[in-house]
Amino acid sequence: MKPILTITKRELTGYFASPVAFVFIVIFLMLSGFFTFMVGGFFERGQASLESFFAWHPWLYLFLVPAVGMRMWSEERRLGTLELLLTMPVTPWQAILGKFFAAWLVVALALGLTFPIWLTVNYLGNPDNGIILAGYLGSFLMGGAYLSITAMTSAMTRNQVVAFIVSVVLSLFLILAGYPPVTNLLTAWASPLLVDAIAAFSVMTHFESIQKGVIDSRDILYFLSVIVFSLFTTGVIVRTHRAG
Amino acid sequence: MIQVRNLKKTFGPKVAVGGVTFKVEKGEVLGFLGPNGAGKSTTMRMITGFIPPTGGEAIIGGFNIVEHPIEAKRLMGYLPENAPSYADMTVAGFLGFAAELRGLSGSAKKKAVDRAVEMCFLENVLHQSVETLSKGYRHRTCFAQSIIHDPEVLILDEPTDGLDPNQKHEVRTLIRKMGQSKAIIFSTHILEEVEAVCSRAIIIDRGVIVANGTPAELKARSPQAGAITLRLSGGEPTGGVKAVRSKIESLSAVEQVNVISDSPLTLRVFARKNNASAELAAALSDLASKERWQITELHAEEGRLDEVFRNITLPDTKSGGKENQ
Repeated sequence: MKPILTITKRELTGYFASPVAFVFIVIFLMLSGFFTFMVGGFFERGQASLESFFAWHPWLYLFLVPAVGMRMWSEERRLGTLELLLTMPVTPWQAILGKFFAAWLVVALALGLTFPIWLTVNYLGNPDNGIILAGYLGSFLMGGAYLSITAMTSAMTRNQVVAFIVSVVLSLFLILAGYPPVTNLLTAWASPLLVDAIAAFSVMTHFESIQKGVIDSRDILYFLSVIVFSLFTTGVIVRTHRAG
Repeated sequence: MIQVRNLKKTFGPKVAVGGVTFKVEKGEVLGFLGPNGAGKSTTMRMITGFIPPTGGEAIIGGFNIVEHPIEAKRLMGYLPENAPSYADMTVAGFLGFAAELRGLSGSAKKKAVDRAVEMCFLENVLHQSVETLSKGYRHRTCFAQSIIHDPEVLILDEPTDGLDPNQKHEVRTLIRKMGQSKAIIFSTHILEEVEAVCSRAIIIDRGVIVANGTPAELKARSPQAGAITLRLSGGEPTGGVKAVRSKIESLSAVEQVNVISDSPLTLRVFARKNNASAELAAALSDLASKERWQITELHAEEGRLDEVFRNITLPDTKSGGKENQ
């Protein structure tokens, strides 16, 4: 447990010593404000809810989360510090979890800093705060899922740009598989069962139901299994492909 | 402390290390020599558990690096090639991180960091970030990391690479000092370093050990080892160089005489038998006093490590003559 904490601490100092964390947080806050109020029609809806806020998160995360996570392993590989880290008395798992948690904390911090928008809806009306909390939980889990995918692609290469692009593409697939315009198109020639099966792989499907306030264990399980699967693959890559 | 048995590593069809076996005990400093790409770094990476071996085993203080990696790694300090470190941390932060990963905390951690900082002369840059440091300081920062927990086993991959001569000297002194109580393996290209620091040296070529012995033993394998260098004082000796040469060649102990320089006349004399340099020296000085030559220098060659190294690692281009100069 302790090595995980030590590595998380080191990673966090790494994020805040470079502009990565600040740039991520500021841009996330600016964009989420812009989309919620200008594009999402927060005021025009006349509803005290954060639906217009959360609806953009899958798209915002698509670019911002890989930007946070792309350095996770590729940087270690490029600088050769991977050799240092893996010859310390830590298991690869401890290193993987420590790094993942640090990046997830950066995402959580950015998400937490959107609290003024929650204050705003509470000032303007009487929203269902349970639904809002569920939305935050869903968003946090979704950020973790994207991040674990980025961890996996980052472990594959020493080039951060490659890690970024591959994880954006993989995440995009996870969005589009359940994105209504795409699923509507698919129903035209595939059986509804198949379309549903594909959509079940999508973050959209699961995020939307959590965001509506329905915390179904299957949705939580979906996000956790994406994280576990991706981190497990990361472990396999890190261990087999060490000397690259 | 370190036991390596038949360690092998292949990358696809390429054999990087083809079965290496050796042992290092406490109090020994083992020099690891070899041309570039001979498999030095790969061997070290397998011993430290960074890459898994294809075959064979490495046992550190009783722990197999593959079966009990954490226990084995605890006993070891490792300085990887090119001395990597986290560029975005300060020196103090980086060493603190290494100490914590080694299980040190609180005052033990502070003490360990202070000790390593003092041993590696890092006081001046303690709060500077690693990316702003010069190469020498970066190198020493990573070196400090490897000794932070005062390990029993130290693996150093080219510890003096990229340092200036003073820093090289400091690092060598440090290694020699630590070698009294630890088992140390270090790799290098610099042959005088081996003579200065190692108690034993291994030469590795194309993945196999081609020589293993003390620096003196290795030097004795040099074709020059045991030859006598003789220098006579100025002025032309009677009969000229040729006469001197033929007189020496007529001695029964002499195999061959090479003239290194004409003025002052310097000759290298090879003995007919091995290990007969004392006998040969006596015969030469007798001859000199009989002929009234003024000897200014007479010494037995120890042999040269670089020659041994070249002869062992380049068998195809080995030159036939005894003199390679």
